[in-house]
Amino acid sequence: MAKFIKTGGKSVKALNTSSLPDIVFMILFFFMAVTTMRETDVMVTVRIPEATEGKILEKKSLASFIYIGEPLEAFQGMYGTEPKIQLNDTFKELADIQDFIAQEREQLNEADKTKMLVVLKIDRDTRMGVVTDVKQALRRASALKIMYANTNVDKITHIY
Amino acid sequence: MADIAFLLLIFFLAATTMDSDTGLMRQLPAIPDPNVPQDVNKINDRNILEVKVNKDNLLLVEGQLTEFSQLREIAYDFILNANDEPNKPEKEVVNIPFFGNVPVTKAVISLQNDIGTKYGVYIAVQNELIAARAKLRDNLARQEFGIPYERLDEDRKGAIDDFFQVPISEAEPKRIGGNQ
Repeated sequence: MAKFIKTGGKSVKALNTSSLPDIVFMILFFFMAVTTMRETDVMVTVRIPEATEGKILEKKSLASFIYIGEPLEAFQGMYGTEPKIQLNDTFKELADIQDFIAQEREQLNEADKTKMLVVLKIDRDTRMGVVTDVKQALRRASALKIMYANTNVDKITHIY
Repeated sequence: MADIAFLLLIFFLAATTMDSDTGLMRQLPAIPDPNVPQDVNKINDRNILEVKVNKDNLLLVEGQLTEFSQLREIAYDFILNANDEPNKPEKEVVNIPFFGNVPVTKAVISLQNDIGTKYGVYIAVQNELIAARAKLRDNLARQEFGIPYERLDEDRKGAIDDFFQVPISEAEPKRIGGNQ
């Protein structure tokens, strides 16, 4: 009978992992440097429009975000499919914007209060009626510096 | 050691986002004070480029139905008014640092949209208008200082901004083109 006999213990040397922590730390520091903390969970569908002239938002600490769009499927049972305004982590009404701005402004220090910026992240299929109402509310709250969020592209392909 | 590093790495992957935000910066007009008398100086008609977008996302420039792709060029020619045509904006001689006394355009762009206009279209139209103005500024910067507008210092940028101010004003929305 044929037998398979192992002759000579030819063992595989264990991989040297002493440099593994260094590599992982390197990746970790890379991610710490290039990413920013996620602040809110977006509960509306926001496909922001395309533009060619967008400027990069430099001081994120001065910015407050307003999201407008159709609620995500999970929330549609409660809130329907009409575009809703999201401030921080909840759906809000138009009348709440003034309070929201006051609250956000309170969090900034004295020197930065005039530099406050409101970033509007609005779905591209939203009707302007809602947007204009929000803009008027911002004017009433005297938050006049705004930014329409967009994705920067070389040429606009989605207009209609 | 590696385990701890992995743990931290995974935490950062989950809790952070990579995307940087970009957008069009705009300044909203302040709500007018009812106690202060309004400046009723009417802007001369030839100085205004009227851009309207209706609820079907059609573009009307100076009363003419216009293709979206032409808008940038129309705005560019309107602001520049290279041949001093009488139906395009007038120029006023103003003293600007670095330039001295130069004729400066008094052009204003008025953007009107319907409440049924799509936001995406509205942004696209604004983008074209801003792009036309940015191109004029950039051309002037290259011609005058030999470098692109983006790389100028604040003083020179300010001078060029004064040269082509061209405010883009947004009127209160109206219903253009019938009922919703």
